[in-house]
Amino acid sequence: MRNKRGWFAVPYVIWMALFVVVPIVIMAVYAVTTADPATGELQLTGSNFTGMGAYLSVFLRSFWLAVVATLVCLLIGYPVSYWMAKEGPRFQRVAMALIMLPMWMNFLLRTYSWMSILENNGLLNQLFRAIGLLDLLGVDHIQMIGTPGAVVLGMVYNYLPFMILPIYSVIVKLDNSLIEAARDLGADGARVFTKVIFPLSLPGILSGVTMVFVPSVSTFAISRLLGGGTQMMLGDLIEQQFLGGAYNPHLGAAISMVMMVIVVLCMVVMNHFGEGEEQAVML
Amino acid sequence: MSKELIRLRDCVMSYGDEVVLDHINLYINDKEFLTLLGPSGCGKTTTLRIIGGFLSPTSGDVLFDGVRINDVPPHRRAVNTVFQRYALFPHLNVFENVAFGLRIPKTERDGRKVKLPEREIHERVMEMLSIVNLKGFERRPVSALSGGQQQRVAIARALVNRPRVLLLDEPLGALDMRLRKDMQNELKRIQQEMEITFIYVTHDQEEALAMSDTVVVMDGGRIQQIGTPEDIYNEPKNAFVADFIGESNIIDGVMRADGVVEIFNRKFQCLDKGFAKDEPVDVVIRPEDVDIVDEAAGQLRGTVTSVTFKGVHYDTIVDFYGFKWLIQTTDFCPVDSRIGIKIDPDGIHVMKKSQYSGMFGDYSSYSEEYEELDVVEDEDEDGEGRDAREGGYEE
Repeated sequence: MRNKRGWFAVPYVIWMALFVVVPIVIMAVYAVTTADPATGELQLTGSNFTGMGAYLSVFLRSFWLAVVATLVCLLIGYPVSYWMAKEGPRFQRVAMALIMLPMWMNFLLRTYSWMSILENNGLLNQLFRAIGLLDLLGVDHIQMIGTPGAVVLGMVYNYLPFMILPIYSVIVKLDNSLIEAARDLGADGARVFTKVIFPLSLPGILSGVTMVFVPSVSTFAISRLLGGGTQMMLGDLIEQQFLGGAYNPHLGAAISMVMMVIVVLCMVVMNHFGEGEEQAVML
Repeated sequence: MSKELIRLRDCVMSYGDEVVLDHINLYINDKEFLTLLGPSGCGKTTTLRIIGGFLSPTSGDVLFDGVRINDVPPHRRAVNTVFQRYALFPHLNVFENVAFGLRIPKTERDGRKVKLPEREIHERVMEMLSIVNLKGFERRPVSALSGGQQQRVAIARALVNRPRVLLLDEPLGALDMRLRKDMQNELKRIQQEMEITFIYVTHDQEEALAMSDTVVVMDGGRIQQIGTPEDIYNEPKNAFVADFIGESNIIDGVMRADGVVEIFNRKFQCLDKGFAKDEPVDVVIRPEDVDIVDEAAGQLRGTVTSVTFKGVHYDTIVDFYGFKWLIQTTDFCPVDSRIGIKIDPDGIHVMKKSQYSGMFGDYSSYSEEYEELDVVEDEDEDGEGRDAREGGYEE
């Protein structure tokens, strides 16, 4: 080995091989085979993929909701990161603690709490009833749970810190003299932002978008708890194939593979777009 | 060197109790190369940032062409800055870095925003790149440039906007010796060619002497002396300036009459006049103004304590009655030899006593004795003073 300290990586390499590479290979095998109902013998087939068209709506919904959740996270997360980065270190520590605080609680607990807030007889509807809003509208309750909005809300709530952290850490490290230089060259506040701060925070945006989009597109707990069974996403579909009534691990593996490929493609395109952006500014 | 362009009137800058600038009064002429020179923490960069608009003085006025500009933000001032560590935009290539200022729409007098046509931007950027010798580099990312090249991009980026004044904050600090010398000549040439006022901040006295029309020596938030490089070197106003600019032996003396100063109880002829009779003074004698002669023929007699070969000359440390002088001479005098010295009247410069008296100008802590004194510096006042100054050179 060229680097003597290469040995330090051995535990991770073993881990990686056992729990990442081997499972992917197993999944790939499952995806292109089907079990003979009689003998249980594996037979090569492409039917897992060709039959997937039936689930197009689930694919579309997953990507659509994940894209919306990612955009909402970006729209909320960027200004907050920017503001935090411009404040003093004491403020930054407190703000960071507040952002991280919900993450110290269990993910399912957080999502269940949203259920009891959004339910037809939940906290919000009770509040609306108490202030007379429901009477005013002449309805018994406002339907919130089981809507796409509730699922997006759940994703934004759970994944927002993953958007804020990378953007914040890029902006906070931005060399202040670059901003001074831009102002010195005649740029007003808006131009300093669009021409210097925003382009230089793109790497943070890209990793934030990745860190929100990937768990969003593959979530199953949020969509099931807050989607009330009507907002089936890819995660739910896959879960059903392995654990649910529609037991068919071969189809589940195939869907997982397709999802993985699409996510990887999205990331590649986005990273390329990010670089392209920089080059477009250069040219 | 014509009319006044910038004036700082009674500028004070303080943060709480800490006074960074203490009543600065300074004017800068149009097309002048002016250098703010001093050790770190002397207030030179603060002064520059006030002119650039990045700081507003606690009290006092900044005038540009006779107009008060205290509250004018940097992007509306006719000055541009070359920053200490260049501050090039890493996401833009060389061309776009230089074009940054040109692409910003300018507001006309009638309030219209006018954008420069792309063709003119291209022409001006290319012209500027050829002035700083960077033709052919326009498509390169700035991260692929060497320190000297980045430096020149920073200069081009500032100058392409045709500012009335260019501010330079230790622009050559990060370059190696040779490159620095080249860039000094380059900067001087650009300044003369483009007929722009340069305000240059540095802690390097050689740089200041080599490039400037006017040098402003600062320390402790105060201006110590303003003058041409020759004035500053030949007629330092106090012990700080004498010590900071070049090498100096600074000795306690008494002015006995016009043109007569007494050092070590011996009278010396000098050219200085206008002091009170028997006034205690600081006497500066530059190391190169001392002639070594036979012991018998000397005005003062001393013992050589160390000799260092410097190429053109020897740095010879001589002990006179417990006070060590630095003498630069082409004659080799071995250690422990007894010598005499002669000083011509124009080699002696007399200064009024100041707060800096007694702090500088003794070479006890010089050369090989330096390390030894370093260890016991707490007991040695002079060693400490010199140490503090040496430390001050580092940013």
